[in-house]
Amino acid sequence: MPVSRSRLMRQRVRSAWLFLAPMLLVLAAVAGWPLLRTFYYSFTDASLADLDARQWVGFANYFSVLSMPSGRVLYDGLLADPVWWRAVWNTLLFAVVSVSCETVLGMIVALVLNADFRGRGIVRAAILIPWAIPTIVSAKMWQWMLNDQFGIINAVLLNLGLIHAKIAWTASSDTAMIAVLIVDIWKTTPFMALLFLAALQMLPRDVIEVARLDGANPWQIFWQVTLPLIRPAVMVAVIFRALDALRIFDLIYVLTPNNVHTKSMSVFVRENLFEFDKFAYGSAASTLLFLIVALLTISYIRLGRIDLEGGR
Amino acid sequence: MKFHRAFLALAVGAMLTVAPARAVELSIVSGDTGNGIKVLREILDRYQKQSGNKVDIVVIPPSSTDQFGQFRLWLAAGNSDIDVYQTDVIWAPQLASQLVDLTAATRDVVAEHFPSIIQSQTVNGKLVALPIFTDAPALYYRKDLLDKYGAKVPTTWQELADTAKLVMDKERTAGNKDIWGFVFQGNAYEGLTCDALEWVMSNGGGQIIEPDGTVSINNRQAAAALDMVKGWIGTIAPPGVLAYQEEESRGVWQTGNAVFMRNWPYAYALGNSENSPIKGKFDVAPLPAGIGEGARPAATLGGWNLAVSKYSKHQDAAIDLVKFIASPAMQKYRTLRTSNLPTIKALYDDPDIAREQPIVPRWKQIFLNAAPRPSATAKIKYNEASSQFWTAVHNTMSGDGSAADNLADLEARLTRLKGKGW
Repeated sequence: MPVSRSRLMRQRVRSAWLFLAPMLLVLAAVAGWPLLRTFYYSFTDASLADLDARQWVGFANYFSVLSMPSGRVLYDGLLADPVWWRAVWNTLLFAVVSVSCETVLGMIVALVLNADFRGRGIVRAAILIPWAIPTIVSAKMWQWMLNDQFGIINAVLLNLGLIHAKIAWTASSDTAMIAVLIVDIWKTTPFMALLFLAALQMLPRDVIEVARLDGANPWQIFWQVTLPLIRPAVMVAVIFRALDALRIFDLIYVLTPNNVHTKSMSVFVRENLFEFDKFAYGSAASTLLFLIVALLTISYIRLGRIDLEGGR
Repeated sequence: MKFHRAFLALAVGAMLTVAPARAVELSIVSGDTGNGIKVLREILDRYQKQSGNKVDIVVIPPSSTDQFGQFRLWLAAGNSDIDVYQTDVIWAPQLASQLVDLTAATRDVVAEHFPSIIQSQTVNGKLVALPIFTDAPALYYRKDLLDKYGAKVPTTWQELADTAKLVMDKERTAGNKDIWGFVFQGNAYEGLTCDALEWVMSNGGGQIIEPDGTVSINNRQAAAALDMVKGWIGTIAPPGVLAYQEEESRGVWQTGNAVFMRNWPYAYALGNSENSPIKGKFDVAPLPAGIGEGARPAATLGGWNLAVSKYSKHQDAAIDLVKFIASPAMQKYRTLRTSNLPTIKALYDDPDIAREQPIVPRWKQIFLNAAPRPSATAKIKYNEASSQFWTAVHNTMSGDGSAADNLADLEARLTRLKGKGW
């Protein structure tokens, strides 16, 4: 018996690999190979004007020390580039604030939609609209709405008496990041709400009924019963969004391109790759971006798991 | 069988004889402002009728900075989908290696154009793009409002600021709540480099990088110019000007909400178009000068050209198309519709143009004296240098560091970028 079972097992493993092979091949071709190429270019001095004329320069794109004839020592490379670190900071700030807001708002929306009321189907469909609009389109739309002179946002706020002068949303360094955050939260809250709603609907009703019979108020039920039960789904949703937020590009590129106060890592990468004659430098930034995202994801998963176990 | 073979031979023969004359499909990429794309389509329709070829326009956003990134990407990938690129005057040195040499094909027509413009598109003796229009900015002003308050057209930036403030305050008291004094291109992009170069040069602050390669931007007069501009933000210029490109500033201007505007000549025809609220109420003047040593009015040279991609599969047809669009007849048509400045010398004496778009003959001297951006000096590093410059200016205008500090910082960055040489 054990022999035949292991043969069956082997057969299963083989067919599993067979079925997986096409996907793995495609992944290697469209994700693995470009990643390796980028990694390789980051150690060269490649220029887009003539990619074949590249030369190996080692870690110079990441870090190098220049001794000037005057005796002054200069640090060069990405790790010593304040513009890059500014972009890293902007991206992290954006990711933390946007994902937090989207999680809280998404949860509220999901809880509301989980209740029974007339026309729930329509409301559910309607709430998904922002998420269904392509980012470029919604960014452009918001750009007009946020326009300082003829934008509707300023007109509404002025007429309500909430502000007394028109705000230059995307221009001012104080509000540029806020404008980007508003649009992103508007756009992605439905996505979070959808994932949470799916988790909420899987919940066994009787658990909540029992809690209610025991005299728990809705607030207690949410914190003590609902949230712990849907926690795995929340963790997954947050990681999805965090990955997305860390590589934010399109929204910022349309709303506030070239603005140092909102420039994200991806925008920095694109600028160096294609606009400046710094293909190799951009590749190095791209590699670092990959490493940062990977590192954050791994630590999030680990910390999340530790937390989960500790909570039990 | 025999019949078949004969038929086949006949068919192949027919195809071979027809092939050279067969119509080809071409693509031209452009991100023009205002009605530029519409007029290009009209010109292409004429070309299609005349040549039998079909031409598609690939429309991309008007920011020159964004366009360059896209073009470079397409060219680096050897993209054969785009045959003709509409290129900015500053790009020739950066894209030259991937564009077709037009010298031989245009030998019969180059003499019609201004030699300085042809020179700007020539890299190492190779003509990489044929000009279709040139650009030199103008100070647009509201004639009616200036007359109303007895103000004269400013010739210095100080006069401009004073007049703008005066008219704006009086108009606002009179109930015109949304009016502003001055709009320009303050967004962080190539357009800000154009505007800021004018402020700095007109104040005697040099041209960022001098033709001999020295970085000259860190000087008192340049800092004074930027401090002056900083003082405009929120007083005579809307705070939102820090996010304006050409079309956003025209949006404020053409709805009648600005007393002055700095913009390219294309806004002239649009401002006088049928539905424009400011039709007939405005005029243009040269940009003002600063004060102090070496101060004089300065205008940044702009302009657009057509280049043929080295990777085009229909290079001959593409060159033919480029010559058609750049021809005197089509440039005249474009100028009449868009008030773009032609690059053909003879058109500045054309009576139709003088009647329909009077700005054009008046602007001949201004564009001939316009200052080029340091793209020929900085060569392949120009984009990065320009980006460093506009970032320093944008930071100063946003109140992020003083002009003097930002320019000192900029000097260090540019010197480092220059390295052993540009």
